[in-house]
Amino acid sequence: MDPLALFTLQVLNALSLSALLFFIALGLTLIFGIMRVVNFAHGAVFMLGAYCGVAAQTATGSFAASLLAAPLAGAALGLAFERSALSRLYAREHSAFLLVTFGLALALTEAIRLIWGADARQTELPAVLAGIVFVMDEPFPVYRLLLIGAGGLCWLLCWLGLQRTRLGLLLRAASQNPTMTAALGNDVGRVRAMVFALACALAALGGALAAPLLSASLGLGSNVIIDAFVIVMIGGMGSFIGTVAGSLLVGFAQTFGNFYVPELALGMTYALMITVLVLRPGGLFGRPE
Amino acid sequence: MLSLSEITGGYAKAQVLEGVSLDAAAGAVTALIGRNGVGKTTLMRGVMGLLPRMQGRISLDGAALGGLPTHARARAGLGYVPEGRQIFPELTVMENLAVGQRQPSRLWPEARLFALLPNLRDRRANAGRALSGGEQQMLAIARALVTDPRVLLLDEPSQGLAPMVVQELARVLRQLADEGVAVLLVEQNLRLTEAVADRILIMARGRIVHDDTAPAFRAAEDELRHRWLSM
Repeated sequence: MDPLALFTLQVLNALSLSALLFFIALGLTLIFGIMRVVNFAHGAVFMLGAYCGVAAQTATGSFAASLLAAPLAGAALGLAFERSALSRLYAREHSAFLLVTFGLALALTEAIRLIWGADARQTELPAVLAGIVFVMDEPFPVYRLLLIGAGGLCWLLCWLGLQRTRLGLLLRAASQNPTMTAALGNDVGRVRAMVFALACALAALGGALAAPLLSASLGLGSNVIIDAFVIVMIGGMGSFIGTVAGSLLVGFAQTFGNFYVPELALGMTYALMITVLVLRPGGLFGRPE
Repeated sequence: MLSLSEITGGYAKAQVLEGVSLDAAAGAVTALIGRNGVGKTTLMRGVMGLLPRMQGRISLDGAALGGLPTHARARAGLGYVPEGRQIFPELTVMENLAVGQRQPSRLWPEARLFALLPNLRDRRANAGRALSGGEQQMLAIARALVTDPRVLLLDEPSQGLAPMVVQELARVLRQLADEGVAVLLVEQNLRLTEAVADRILIMARGRIVHDDTAPAFRAAEDELRHRWLSM
């Protein structure tokens, strides 16, 4: 096989993995930016999205329905959880927040086990997405190209949302100074709830997009949350552009590690994180606190 | 306009306010002076609903503000220029202004705002952190103005400003009061205070200990300074 073609395919593989990771890492960093806390349940929401997607597709026969149902379920869960539990904790120390979100992760995992059972679930992609295309005369799955497109679209829409909408402005303002944001007449609690719901919707959509590739299984959440944490650390907690860079770095490190040095692949992500944090303790685009 | 009655409160472990009553009238600059640590900043934070605990009555044109969260107090008509300016460092000047504008300002459309604070016009696309101290202070004031406040609370706005900029600040505050805004000014800078204030209140140990017109303050200034203000 032509080494250049091989390299190109690995680049595309890496981009598609980066795209999936971006969906979960972006929500994590937005939540950290505005709430200064880490949402341990974010991986479980990603997993819930995968299961909801599979269920919606099984019920309706439509893959598009799964991409609609998952983010709706994620947003509803995020909104309910933020309003009923998290909003009472902002005044408390961070450990309370960590414990409660960790508790939600466990509860979600058990709820999924009760509803859908312990076995992994997968569905068929529609024919048009299940096919292959030839890239430099080598076969490549269409679906992975779709993931790259979805990740790019998500990046673009979220960037526009942050820069051009009132919610985006208030999110950025509240990330920098929540007290002044409120003193200028904005209900910061409402902004937090909306951001949390949006972040959960993104994670769940990521899960639904991942389901055809990885299948919906009970370990999905804890696997993906670790990568997402690493991305957010590398990029700089709370930084949008850092999350883009971190997703790409981790996606490429894992894909190329797996391909060229499989025996070291597991350590690649952590080696990357340690290198970045030694050189820049706040992450690539982190703001000094 | 803004009326405080028997305000007590402070932080978790420290009672700072020991029963503060004052009125800030529309169309006037009411200045609050006093040594460091007497509770001036705590009082301002209390008015904005930013203290962990506080009792007493706060009303704006007769409507009670006491139980309202911070954002509702701002919407009711309180504009806040906090100690240390607290502009958003990563937002541009225009974005800093937009945070407080749920709808475009009625009283302070862009042209009028920049006529009042011309330095900001050229800096509109710059990030907050790139501004000089004086520009940041003007931005903090502008940011409060575009919420169309009926009461403007300013906490040591002259801190760290060059004398020229303080003069500029005095002109702006005077103009605001003349247009009907109730200005409540906390200051250490007596020159600024005397230049703009209609009433001067002195605070000590969490209470108002002196409340009189600016001319009366000037007449008794030596004694008042010695008793309440000198270190």
